[in-house]
Amino acid sequence: MVVTLSQQNEKLCVGVLALQGAFIEHVHILKRLPEVAEAILVRTQEQLESVDALIIPGGESTAMALIAERCGLFEPLRKFTRSKPTWGTCAGMILLANEASKTKKGGQQLLGGLDIAVNRNQFGSQVDSFETDLHMSAVLGESAPPFHAVFIRAPIVTALNSEDVQVLAKLEHQVGQTDTETIVAVRQGHLMATAFHPELTPDDRLHSYFVRLAQDYKGKSQDVVTMAN
Amino acid sequence: MAFNFSVPTNLTDITNGHAKPAQATFNVKTGLAQMLKGGVIMDVINAEQARIAEEAGACAVMALERVPADIRKNGGVARMSDPKMIKEIKAAVTIPVMAKVRIGHFVEAQILEAIGIDYIDESEVLTPADELHHINKHNFKVPYVCGAKNLGEALRRISEGAAFIRTKGEAGTGNVVEAVRHIRTVNSEIRRAASMGDEELFAYAKELQAPYHLLKESARLGRLPVVNFAAGGVATPADAALMMVWHGHFILAKVLWEVRVLWKGQLGCDGVFVGSGIFKSGDPAKRARAIGTFRRFISPILIPISINYSHVTYMSPPTSVPTVQAVTHYNDAKVLANVSEDLGEAMVGINISDLSEDQKLAKRGW
Repeated sequence: MVVTLSQQNEKLCVGVLALQGAFIEHVHILKRLPEVAEAILVRTQEQLESVDALIIPGGESTAMALIAERCGLFEPLRKFTRSKPTWGTCAGMILLANEASKTKKGGQQLLGGLDIAVNRNQFGSQVDSFETDLHMSAVLGESAPPFHAVFIRAPIVTALNSEDVQVLAKLEHQVGQTDTETIVAVRQGHLMATAFHPELTPDDRLHSYFVRLAQDYKGKSQDVVTMAN
Repeated sequence: MAFNFSVPTNLTDITNGHAKPAQATFNVKTGLAQMLKGGVIMDVINAEQARIAEEAGACAVMALERVPADIRKNGGVARMSDPKMIKEIKAAVTIPVMAKVRIGHFVEAQILEAIGIDYIDESEVLTPADELHHINKHNFKVPYVCGAKNLGEALRRISEGAAFIRTKGEAGTGNVVEAVRHIRTVNSEIRRAASMGDEELFAYAKELQAPYHLLKESARLGRLPVVNFAAGGVATPADAALMMVWHGHFILAKVLWEVRVLWKGQLGCDGVFVGSGIFKSGDPAKRARAIGTFRRFISPILIPISINYSHVTYMSPPTSVPTVQAVTHYNDAKVLANVSEDLGEAMVGINISDLSEDQKLAKRGW
């Protein structure tokens, strides 16, 4: 038991996929967290293999998928997301979803892993982008102040296709044609996704939550190895 | 934040503005620019080119009637594009669509905002509509990107409401020298500001004709306080990577004993605009040959993509995909060597010294 505790407290190396998009913002938040030993930019397979957990940042999901394919990173990424903690914000959420609608002509490659369907660019063009508060009590606790969420040409979750998917956040107001109660953040085991951009606010609570999730996951997977031995 | 004067707390009655969804805040405007970072924004003149750009991995497209090289060649007054063409481009792609308006022409901007453009470029590439005033960009819900050739110009544009800056370069020349000059000018002026005391900064703000609070913020950050892309004359993948690289400088400042790292300098620009360099490489005949060579010899990841659009197959121009790869891997010379191979003829380009003063687009903007 003592061993497990020390393993859970182990500091992590967290990677941020740096093919295109707002990756440096994530790194700047991660560097502030005491649980993070190192935050590195991931552009190659070697870098990917060196990290305990990965964040797929906001950006253009089409551009990221195409660049990943061309530099041979797509399959390694898919493999990574099947076994290691990964968090996708906005474009990252789209890439982690098993299904996406309103994709480019000819469709879009997805990493998948999360049993959800997303609708890309739900709210309209950039003039419909917005910021709002979300309470997220499942993550932040009942009495915590809300999380200030920035939505940029954001997707939404349109369907949960497994009972394992836990809803972390819903919209609390109607936005344009999009209903209040629309799902905008989920978790399924070691995978997490948010339609908004926690990297665009000074609030690091969601990053902390993800890093703790990754620590738990690492602790557990090491337990399994220990027991098997 | 230094963008706003900080009003003494509870001096006035303010309710929390963000409890309900708030649109068109500066945060939301700069947010999209942050998402575009590390990417390539390509000039396109129709829906087919926009699809090619999207398939090449562009993070956004800039819709315009003629690319800068053609504007140069044809002369005359260059104006906002036909809204119909912009709508077609918007319908064809899922990436953000930007479009240009003439400097000071706020009605063209209102029209673009009405058709749901994602970003407006108040651009020196079009013929200016006002030789004294830029658009008051705070009045718009849609965000703006503006060109700048030095720090003062960049900060004046931000003060007017621009949420995104691009260094100007000299558009439509295929010659990167002016782009390099403008980035170096902005960077060196920021480094100078970073080494100054407050009294000097007030004087420097006057010299640059820049708002003091934005100059102070740039000095503190060691960079422009909004996202900054390079533009104007980027013709090859190597040019694109050059815009991204910035070698670190450590400045010894103020106190002899205290080594302050004022410029960490891991970045040059945050991304790149490419225009004529993509769809104007060589003359058409040469370009066709270049594509031929390219298809025969280049490694599989660089094979130019051919895509189906409305039953017609278009061939991607040879530099589009490598340019995107070059911006991602700007600090990996091996990747750059790979993507630079066998691109065929680049656009011919123009020497800046061959341009008369009135042909220099970068001079427009005040």
